[in-house]
Amino acid sequence: MKTAETKIQNKRLEPLGKRVMKYRALIVMILPALLFFAVFCYVPMYGVVLAFKDYSISKGIMGSDWVGLYYFNRLFSSDRFWEVLGNTLVISLLKLVIGFFPPILFALLLNEIRTKWFKKLTQTASYLPYFISWIVMAGIIREMFSANGVINQIVTAFGGEAQIWLSKKEYFRTILVSTDIWKGFGWGSIIYISALSGIDPQLYEAASLDGAGRIKKMLYITLPCLVPVITINLILSMGGVLNAGFDQIFNLVNPSVKSVADIIDTYVYELGIQKRDYSLSTAVGLFKSVIALIMVLGTNFAAKKINGEEFTLW
Amino acid sequence: MKRRMTAGNLIFTVLNTCLMLFVIVITIYPFWNQFILSFAKRKYLYSVEAQWYPKSFDLSSYKVLLHYKDIWRGYGNTILRTVVGTACSLLVTAMASYPLTKKDFPCNKGITFLILFTMLFSGGLIPGYLLITQQLHLTNSFWALILPGLATPYNIFIMRNFFLSVPDSLEESARIDGAGYTRIFWQIIMPLSKPVLVTVGLWIAVGHWQAWYDNLLYLQKPDKWGLQMILRELLVNNQQSNITQTVKNTFGSAGAVDERQLKSAIIVISILPMVILYPFLQKFMNKGIIIGAVKG
Repeated sequence: MKTAETKIQNKRLEPLGKRVMKYRALIVMILPALLFFAVFCYVPMYGVVLAFKDYSISKGIMGSDWVGLYYFNRLFSSDRFWEVLGNTLVISLLKLVIGFFPPILFALLLNEIRTKWFKKLTQTASYLPYFISWIVMAGIIREMFSANGVINQIVTAFGGEAQIWLSKKEYFRTILVSTDIWKGFGWGSIIYISALSGIDPQLYEAASLDGAGRIKKMLYITLPCLVPVITINLILSMGGVLNAGFDQIFNLVNPSVKSVADIIDTYVYELGIQKRDYSLSTAVGLFKSVIALIMVLGTNFAAKKINGEEFTLW
Repeated sequence: MKRRMTAGNLIFTVLNTCLMLFVIVITIYPFWNQFILSFAKRKYLYSVEAQWYPKSFDLSSYKVLLHYKDIWRGYGNTILRTVVGTACSLLVTAMASYPLTKKDFPCNKGITFLILFTMLFSGGLIPGYLLITQQLHLTNSFWALILPGLATPYNIFIMRNFFLSVPDSLEESARIDGAGYTRIFWQIIMPLSKPVLVTVGLWIAVGHWQAWYDNLLYLQKPDKWGLQMILRELLVNNQQSNITQTVKNTFGSAGAVDERQLKSAIIVISILPMVILYPFLQKFMNKGIIIGAVKG
C-alpha cells in the first residue's frame, strides 16, 4: 500500500479537465454525499448567523435583522448560563478524568488473564451495557436507585440510611459519572486491547530474562506501548469537553436536581425547542461549537509539541 | 521458557481473577435484576432475596404486553427506520469513500478537508432543527429520521482506508479488461469489502435502534414514534395511562399487575433483540474499531 501511494504521488497530476473526464463516473458517485454535507452540515453552519440576528419565522434566517452581539451580551450576563456552563464542565471533566482510566486499567488487567474462555467471557460481559440505549438504562437506573430499589437494600444492609438518591443534589453527579463509566468502560477498552495484541512478544521475553515480574512488565512494557493510543484518545475526548452526556442527563434529570444537572445541551433544548427562543439558543450552541473546535486544535497542537508527529490526529 | 509461579505472581493472579469476576457481576446484574423482577409476583417484588434470584414465575406482565399495541407499533417503526436508514447510509458512505481512494481524483484534498471539517465544527441543534422543520418541511416525515444522519466523516474514512487495502492489481486487471469505475466499485470493491460494510452497517444500525431525540424533535404524532420514544414515555415520563388501560382490558382491573413488574417486563422485551444478536454484534463491531485504529 505504501509503495503504491508513493508511486502515485511521484507521478505528476494530469490537467483537471482530463481527470474530470477520467473520473466522471466517480464524480456522480460522490455527489449524494457532497449534497448531504452541503445541506445538512454546511447550511446549518451558515445558520449560526441566527445568533447575530433577531430571528422571525416570517422573514427567515436571511431576511431577519442583524442585532450584532445582543444575544451574546444577554447570555453572558445571565446567571443561568454560567450555572449551566459550570455544571457542564464539572460533569464532563469528572467523566473525562475519572472515566479515562478504567478502560486502560481494564485492558491491562484483562491482558494478564491467561485462561482464554474466562478472558473472552469477561470482555463480552463488559461490552453489554454499551448496546443498551440510555432510555432503557435510565429506566433501570431510576428503578435501582428508587426508594424500594436494590441500592437502598444494599445500603440498609450495611447499616446506611435509605435515600431517594436521584432527587438528592449531592449524589446526582456521582450517579451520572459512575453509571456513565459503568456503561462505557468495556467498549472503551477495545481500542486498548487491540493495541495490546500488537505488542512484540520478544519484548516480554527479553524482560523475563532480565528477571522482570508480571507487574514490572505491565508497567514498563505494556503501558508505554499504549501511550500513542492513549494520547490520540485524549485529544479526541478533549473536543467533547462540553458534551456532558445529553441522553443520560435528559432522561435522568428531575426538578429537584435541575440546578446541578442542567448542562449546555439541555439548556439549548429548553431555550430553543421549548421556549422557541431560537436566536439565544443558537448563540449557546455556537459558543459550544467554538469551544470544541478550540479544544481539539489546541490539544492536537500541544500533543505535537510534546510528543512529536506520531502521536497526533493529523 | 520455564514459567515460575512466585508468591507475588499467585497473589496477583488471584486478585485479578476476583476483580474480573466482580466486573462480570456488576455489568450483568442490573439486567438480571430486571429479568427476574419481570416474573415476580407482587408479594416478592420488594423483598430482598427476589432481587437476586427468581422466587416466582408469573407471566401476567408479559400477557399485558402482548396486548399492548404501542410497544409493537414502536417496534415496527424502529425496525423500519433501522433497515431503511442503514441501507441508505451504507450506500452513500461507500459511494463517497471509493472516489476518495484515488489520489488524483479532482479536488480530493479539498473534499476530504470539507468532510473532515464537519467533525470539528457544527451549526448546533437549532440551525439544523429550523432547516428540517421550516425549510425542508420534514415535520412528521419519516425522512427527518433518515436524512440528517446519512453519512459521517468517521465512517467515510474508515471505509476509505479499507478500500485502500484492496490490491491495486485487481483493479488494474479489471481496467485492462475494459471495466469502468462503476463496475469495479460494484463487482470488485464492494464484494471484497464485506467485513467493513458489516461493521460500519452495524454501527449505523445500532445508532438507529437507539435513536429517540429526533422522534422528540420532529415527530408530533405518537403513532409514528419508535420503540425508544415509547419506552421514554413509560419509563422516564411515567405516562402509564395507555398501559394501565391494557391491564384493565386484559385482567379486568387496572391494579391486577404491579407497575414495577410491568416496567421490568417492558425493559426485558425491549432489550431482548440486542441480547439475542449480541454475540454477532460484538464480534463484528469491535472488529471495526481495530480497522479504524489504523491511522490513515
